[in-house]
Amino acid sequence: MGSKLSSIEDAVAVVESGMTIGIGGWGSRRKPMALIRALARGPATDLTVVTYGGPDVGLLAAAGKIRKLVSGFVSLDSIALEPHFRAARQRGEIEYAELDEGMLQWGLLAAAHRLPFLPIRAGLGSDVPATFPGLRTVTSPYADGEELVAMPALTLDVAFVHANRADAAGNAALLGPDPYFDDLYCLAARHRVLSCERVVETAELTKEGPVQALRINRMMVDAVVETPNGAHFTSCVPDYDRDEAFQRAYAAAAGGDGSGWPAFRDRYLAGDEATYQRAVREDREALA
Amino acid sequence: MSGTTATGTAQPRVARRADVCALACAEAFRGEGEILASAFGTAPALGARLARRSFAPDLLLSDGEAMLMADTLPLGPAPADAVVEGWLPFRAVFDVVASGRRHVIMIPSQLDAHGNMNISAIGQHARPKAQLIGTRGAPGNTVNHRTSYWVPKHSPRVFVEKVDVVCGVGHDRARAAGPAASRFHRLGRVVTDLAVLDFDTPDNRMRLASVHPGVSVDEVLAATGFPLVLPEAGAAAVPTTPQPSAAQLELLDLLDPKGLRYREVPA
Repeated sequence: MGSKLSSIEDAVAVVESGMTIGIGGWGSRRKPMALIRALARGPATDLTVVTYGGPDVGLLAAAGKIRKLVSGFVSLDSIALEPHFRAARQRGEIEYAELDEGMLQWGLLAAAHRLPFLPIRAGLGSDVPATFPGLRTVTSPYADGEELVAMPALTLDVAFVHANRADAAGNAALLGPDPYFDDLYCLAARHRVLSCERVVETAELTKEGPVQALRINRMMVDAVVETPNGAHFTSCVPDYDRDEAFQRAYAAAAGGDGSGWPAFRDRYLAGDEATYQRAVREDREALA
Repeated sequence: MSGTTATGTAQPRVARRADVCALACAEAFRGEGEILASAFGTAPALGARLARRSFAPDLLLSDGEAMLMADTLPLGPAPADAVVEGWLPFRAVFDVVASGRRHVIMIPSQLDAHGNMNISAIGQHARPKAQLIGTRGAPGNTVNHRTSYWVPKHSPRVFVEKVDVVCGVGHDRARAAGPAASRFHRLGRVVTDLAVLDFDTPDNRMRLASVHPGVSVDEVLAATGFPLVLPEAGAAAVPTTPQPSAAQLELLDLLDPKGLRYREVPA
């Protein structure tokens, strides 16, 4: 098994302007934030972003990277609405292809299975056909004749996901209670980048959790990046919970008239990932 | 001793508005059997628990993360020793939604007389005046299983003639979208801090089913941005929402020891 270990910078350098990227996790939970922070300071722009949205959308929106968003919500969970997302939307800056949560899963599954679409009931009767332009229906060829939504495949150029553990080849353990849809993002993408809390020997992967935690294997991954605390400030259980104090500070800086954002950005996001993590550690030491 | 005055006479506990709301939410789940009860907001979360502890023992409840809990736990994070009866990550929730074995109580930002519901955006979707939380699972929920609503502050801003974006599907839109949309479309009740509303009318337009104790019919009508269907006998015939019994109030205290429900509905 060849090593796929990569630096953060090399791993995100595959993203070119105009690409469609998918981001694992859910809301403010197990988001590949180290990779997102790198994307936000990188050159690629004009992105289409497919995600169960959280601060990944917020950071990319604040950096002006998103042309189009495909999602059913953008939330910080303990704070209902992502403030950067709210501001960008209310300024009319993001084209929002808004769809039902289940439709997003179906779109990823269709892409994973190399199908043009999958039928689903969700969306019928709602304004999803208006908010997700181009959506079509399909009539069952069987006796029932039901007319259902034909959810198109959401094929991704690049997928970014964050795991608890991985080996250098890209076999990964998701040790928390919910795998979210990370395996589907990997299956739906042409190029797959996996960050993790810790790179371990392959034999270690089944030591900390059941074999069912190995939702992602090496044929689903092209690059592996070790990013300790790399989901911060989102949760990455059992390694750590969401940093609620930091998230509150983030939301306060991003909200209101936006005047608090430059100071926050300069303190945490102006440098590389090591600089970010150092600032987070300094905060903790100051509180201790 | 609590509940007893100095003279030793039992002091009857008076139900507050939030207690009435919790019971009204619980009643949404009556007779639902062995299905997943999902609830957003304090009164619905309490209502689902109260229902399971009293008249709907077969309901399934999650911890809000990925576990089905065997114990009916008080509001707040589950204790580490709480008994888990099943695994329900988000993708499994989607399967349950599609299977129909679920009843959800959602919180609408806007709701119209037919039950169309908006949590996406106020104003134009392309550039909203106010971005809301997003359509979430509302389109799928409403065409797959029973969906009820909880409105903690009944006002004409919520109850509107026409919603700006249809996330949850109302009766008129379900009918217009054809048999596949209406096949499993079932709206339950709408519980607010003033009243209980439902769609049990010939054309499924929203009806004033009951007013909470201490609330007048006129008050509800004035706080609703469209005409509500009233009983043929007139406004005086609108019943009063049932009050929780002493035993139910005790259960509510047990399930919400911090009294979070009184913060959601202070009246």
